Amino acid sequence: MTLDILYFAWVRERIGEPRETVSTDATTVAELVDELRAREDRYALAFSDLSALRVALDQDLADFDAPLAGVREVAFFPPMTGG
Amino acid sequence: MDIRVQDAPFDYGQECAGFGADRSDIGAIVTFCGIVRDEHSTLQAMQIEHYPGMTERALHKIASEAQARWSLSDCLIIHRFGRLKPGEKIMMVATAARHRADAFAAADFLMDYLKSRAPFWKKEFSGEGAEWVAAKDADEDALKRW
Repeated sequence: MTLDILYFAWVRERIGEPRETVSTDATTVAELVDELRAREDRYALAFSDLSALRVALDQDLADFDAPLAGVREVAFFPPMTGG
Repeated sequence: MDIRVQDAPFDYGQECAGFGADRSDIGAIVTFCGIVRDEHSTLQAMQIEHYPGMTERALHKIASEAQARWSLSDCLIIHRFGRLKPGEKIMMVATAARHRADAFAAADFLMDYLKSRAPFWKKEFSGEGAEWVAAKDADEDALKRW
């Protein structure tokens, strides 16, 4: 499965790019996070504390145990600060 | 329902004057405006990042929820992104209803949800460097009252 992964705010800064396309066999967000963490230190650092992160699947907020079946776009970011 | 996400400034006075102006079935309008605050005279700029696509989607969802919960005649949300200076207007909401209680409650609800459920992130620049604004627990807790 091919996924577009987007990063925002300090997650984007730690990883060093705003988006990338990855090929993965992960079936849940948590599995995808594990794959990313194992890649390089900058990913391990960005994903070191999941309680400080939020995830959106195809532009809707989701949980880390959510399945990835049918998903095309995954975004990781810190808690939002709008208003 | 009018939702705008933009980097350009908006004219708050003009928006307030125009909102609901073409209707005579409205009895109450509530407006709110958020401004870049420089409490300690150290802030040089605020950078607002957002998630194009999801932002509009989230704002529509929040506004639809407000319209479903209260008898709103109309609702406006404008939210800026990009680099703003202290004193600049970041965003505004306006709600119109037949009676004030609905307009007040809906505006309050919109602001609580905009804070924690619309994908915006703020970074503050001062002489000492730059720092991402952290979300407050109180903002997340505020959602529970709805």
